[in-house]
Amino acid sequence: MYKIDRLNELAEVVAAKRAENSVLEPARMTAKEKDDLLAAFHPDYKQNEFTVLSAGVNKGDKVPTQLAALLQGKSRISPDIDLSSPDYDTDVLIIGGGGAGASAAIEADNAGAKTMIVTKLRIGDANTMMAEGGIQAADKPGDSPAIHYLDAFGGGHFAARPELVKKLVTKAPEAIQWLNKLGVEFDKEADGTMVTTHGGGTSRKRMHAAKDYSGAEIMRTLRDEVLNRGIPVIDFTAAVEIILDDNGKAAGAVLMNMETKEILVAKAKTVIIATGGAGRLHYQGFPTSNHYGATADGLILGYRVGAKLLYADTLQYHPTGAAYPEQIFGALVTEKVRSLGAKLVNINGDVFMHPLETRDVTAASIIRECAERGNGIETNQGPAVWLDTPMIEYKNGEGTIEKRIPAMMRMFGKYGIDIRKEPILVYPTLHYQNGGLEIFSDCSTGVENLYAAGEVAGGIHGRNRLMGNSLLDVIVFGRNAGMCAAAKAKDTAAPKNLTLSHINSFNMELQEAGISSDELSPMLLPHYARK
Amino acid sequence: MENMVNVYLFGKRYQVPSGLTIMTAMEYAGYELVRGCGCRNGFCGACATIYRIKDKQELHACLACQTEVQEGMYIATLPFFPLVKKIYDIETVRPTEQIMMQLYPEIYSCIGCNACTKACTQELNVMQYIAYAQRGEYDKCADESFDCVMCGVCSSRCPAGISHPQVAMLARRLNGKYIAPECGHLSDRVKEIDEGMYDELISQLMNKPVDELKELYNNREIEK
Repeated sequence: MYKIDRLNELAEVVAAKRAENSVLEPARMTAKEKDDLLAAFHPDYKQNEFTVLSAGVNKGDKVPTQLAALLQGKSRISPDIDLSSPDYDTDVLIIGGGGAGASAAIEADNAGAKTMIVTKLRIGDANTMMAEGGIQAADKPGDSPAIHYLDAFGGGHFAARPELVKKLVTKAPEAIQWLNKLGVEFDKEADGTMVTTHGGGTSRKRMHAAKDYSGAEIMRTLRDEVLNRGIPVIDFTAAVEIILDDNGKAAGAVLMNMETKEILVAKAKTVIIATGGAGRLHYQGFPTSNHYGATADGLILGYRVGAKLLYADTLQYHPTGAAYPEQIFGALVTEKVRSLGAKLVNINGDVFMHPLETRDVTAASIIRECAERGNGIETNQGPAVWLDTPMIEYKNGEGTIEKRIPAMMRMFGKYGIDIRKEPILVYPTLHYQNGGLEIFSDCSTGVENLYAAGEVAGGIHGRNRLMGNSLLDVIVFGRNAGMCAAAKAKDTAAPKNLTLSHINSFNMELQEAGISSDELSPMLLPHYARK
Repeated sequence: MENMVNVYLFGKRYQVPSGLTIMTAMEYAGYELVRGCGCRNGFCGACATIYRIKDKQELHACLACQTEVQEGMYIATLPFFPLVKKIYDIETVRPTEQIMMQLYPEIYSCIGCNACTKACTQELNVMQYIAYAQRGEYDKCADESFDCVMCGVCSSRCPAGISHPQVAMLARRLNGKYIAPECGHLSDRVKEIDEGMYDELISQLMNKPVDELKELYNNREIEK
């Protein structure tokens, strides 16, 4: 039951039309309808929310205003700190302990490289842990990597880098197999067949899942494996600047203990940035489904040493963030809810779109339904639409929700809402950074010996990512980065003459552009304490 | 005017708006969290917390990000708990009863007090999954423990010193790797890809002009 009577009354309207709505097969939009909808209602098209960069390799490009402030912000350290006696000396330094960082660590360790992870919180504190719905791989008869390629490339508006999409889809089945052999549990039939569903924009049912704890199941297994291998994990320690050698190659990072603020130096032959996304920058004032540490740090670290950004102006607003109750405002309601048959319904109880359009289209459609058509439901946090969860059991039988999406049932159940019986209120939430540091197919950036993998990297998903391609991306490209960075480290001599002179050069460039900022970057953690 | 409640963070009283979670109440009170805050959505187990309501006996455990404040809540966060994690090689262990005896023998000292289950922030039947682990029924242990976020509150209450989340972690990996049925279509597809079966199809797609790709994409067949 909702604590607000009016919401219970409105939920009755949804219930009254459930039978009728459940058999409805809403039309999918045409390409033109989608383009027009995005241009009018998707947040990426709001020009006044972006700032053109005045310094660095992407000078002249627009990025979200909050990100621009950090990219052109102030370093946390002085460039003249002593780099001559490093606290750590390793072959491969991995910055970030999420899905990509952990996968990279396992593969680099496999390749015999001396490997270490630094992470500003704990290993596993990452968006990977929170991915609910699943991971794509074209491994069933009737599907193929080529079909997966077309879905991903088209869903990303034909802007992705073909080489990267190729790697993503052709390495997908192997990624699932690798995880399964590490002991990750996937939902399977009794004969071993994977239980798979659709995601928005998929043309085949290729979403593999572990209930709605898919990312958590993957992440905790990777973490366990990293620990079993004895790979050093330096937790509560953030990277605050990349160190270069006198040839301009990456050679380590300056670290900061998050609790004591002690500054440490790590020297490395190769460096992998795997710091994840940026939801906690709350672009355009949106709530976020992201982890506490999702503050775009890797973009700042890379940008200061000259790594280029690609599609940093495209963000993913997940169509179904929780809009009520306020305690979970912005939390992710997995797309799997729609994969299992729940439809999006307006205040009049009417289905207003096909529930499995791509995320950008679905988010824009929900915004239009509320803003232009006035068919949203008002809550204390703003407008919302219904996601008719009881329809799942209406179609698939009792017990489906508890079995397939227990985390969702628990999340709403804590606030008295039984999603088996009552529909839930949703609205788009800031979910994913589609772009990032531009990478090539070996995960290298334009800066020698500097690699990037996971959400921090750009080019794999073009301008919109499909559900289930991010868990896939962190595994495929995380592993790839680990292997490639380890191989490169073998051919690299111990770096000499470490320097932070790029901080000065970047500051000079800012100064020439007339920019002076006291905003410390990378941000490391959002500022939520009430002043 | 918001409805305010009294909460006691580590014993010190703060007035915070009702409707906040314990985590946002701490931030309202002025805490800049570093420890004890992770995903903020109930998946990572970073914000294990224990509390007791003023003048009441019962001790509760919860995740700070998932729990609404109440009047008179005495709150202590448990941002770290020293669980014992044993090192093993997943390639060489086997799902036999011996492996638990070897790695986590303390599970056989369980006295059946059920404090773990009562403390679980995810409302799992923790004592039951430990019983399954004792009997070598790793598939059942895996299933029963599946929603565990490894916050460690169960272990903090255990008189036998069991690290329940780590026991369950081992059981799930054994189940995922060795006990659950193997997937035939997966290994078939990996083999096909290795043999280069899709190379040509994909390179054709990669070399098509965007207009042709759009045509293909917009008219592709979508499985029902």
